[in-house]
Amino acid sequence: MIPGSFSYHRPASVADAVKLLSDLGEDARPLAGGHSLVPMMKLRLATPAHLIDLHGIAALRGISRSGNNLVIGAMTTQHELLASEDVAKAMPILHEAALLIADPQVRYRGTIGGNVANGDPGNDMPALMMSLGATYRLEGSGGARDVAAADFYQGAYFTALEPGEILTSVSVPVPAAGHGSAYEKLKRKVGDYATAAAAVVLTMAGGKVATCSIGLTNVHETPLLATDAAKAVIGTSLDAATLKKAAAAAEAIMAPAADARGPVEYRKHVGGIMVTRALQRAAAKAK
Amino acid sequence: MAKTHVTMKVNGAEVEGLVEPRTLLVHFIRENLQMTGTHIGCETTHCGACTVDIDGMSVKSCTMFAVQADGSDITTIEGMANADGTLSALQEGFRMMHGLQCGFCTPGMIVRAHRLLKENASPSEAEIRMGISGNICRCTGYQNIVKAIQYASAKINGVEFQEAAE
Repeated sequence: MIPGSFSYHRPASVADAVKLLSDLGEDARPLAGGHSLVPMMKLRLATPAHLIDLHGIAALRGISRSGNNLVIGAMTTQHELLASEDVAKAMPILHEAALLIADPQVRYRGTIGGNVANGDPGNDMPALMMSLGATYRLEGSGGARDVAAADFYQGAYFTALEPGEILTSVSVPVPAAGHGSAYEKLKRKVGDYATAAAAVVLTMAGGKVATCSIGLTNVHETPLLATDAAKAVIGTSLDAATLKKAAAAAEAIMAPAADARGPVEYRKHVGGIMVTRALQRAAAKAK
Repeated sequence: MAKTHVTMKVNGAEVEGLVEPRTLLVHFIRENLQMTGTHIGCETTHCGACTVDIDGMSVKSCTMFAVQADGSDITTIEGMANADGTLSALQEGFRMMHGLQCGFCTPGMIVRAHRLLKENASPSEAEIRMGISGNICRCTGYQNIVKAIQYASAKINGVEFQEAAE
């Protein structure tokens, strides 16, 4: 399978990349790790006339601390995320989830920016970013703006990115010390998207849940924040009745597609189980 | 479409060529460089048969354009043997442990396992299985591939390989 013809551009700065994107218009696509776009191009489901490869922009790589946030450059790969002690210590859920993305070869190339910007409801990072309260830095010819992950996803492959804008970094607030987290992903095999997955970040106080956020992957056309489910567990010790209530509240907002991963009822059902398991595991890890 | 001039190091030798931007790295390696050890399996980034080592990373060469590899240092299965031409520990492991049947996935398996052992010379069985989870084999059931990598790990560490009891 050979992709259609295109012109290749490799800018060395964000400014040059943004200028190329706005000059070339809608026939141009930014290229990050390429592990979603290149297969689509080989299938001729994507036929951009221009590819703007972001690999030449050093400023888009790396993980740094900024106040209470970890700022992750968009071209930072999943492999680099996994190698980061800062990530493993400050937000172990990112480490845990990155390990569940695709396979080793894909993780060497796949980037956090591509994962969150593509708008694919099957991608794992978006729900995580929503549950962690992350914001995305978007840069275009008109300047830069920050958009909360929770406001970014509008539909499948449809996001707050305006034409000519590039997502340049992800800023993630470091969760409170002693927090507990878990990402539970049901998948058929390595490399598959989730049949359903749930991210939980919580804190406990005196044996009861003090704060909680829950993100859901691949059970709707966008990633979801399960706000009602999270509210249902606040102040509880996650007893069986509470867990049941939380799972039901999460299932109530799920609207997965029926596909090879199963019918709608099944995917909602296992989505509820993922929420339950993630809550229990996160609580066990909280101090 | 205008062609672009690329240069890269492949198995220690400087190579160059003219490629269209859409030329996939695996096609450049197989067709321009005439190194057909790197295989094309699924063409959809799933099977790992086309895995090559680029600047210290295992990469599926069907999912990268040759122009993106300009200036990089690549090792393919043709570059896996020892400098004196004898089999590397991994190649020997695949031979001794019968780590292949049809052999189609083997180049990708060996190139991937090469990087795995560079990053972790003593992986556990679970780490080996996760480490090669981007490479699909439809013959062996993976058992002997895992043993082959364990054999190579033992040899690299200078210890005698002991097959686990089944």
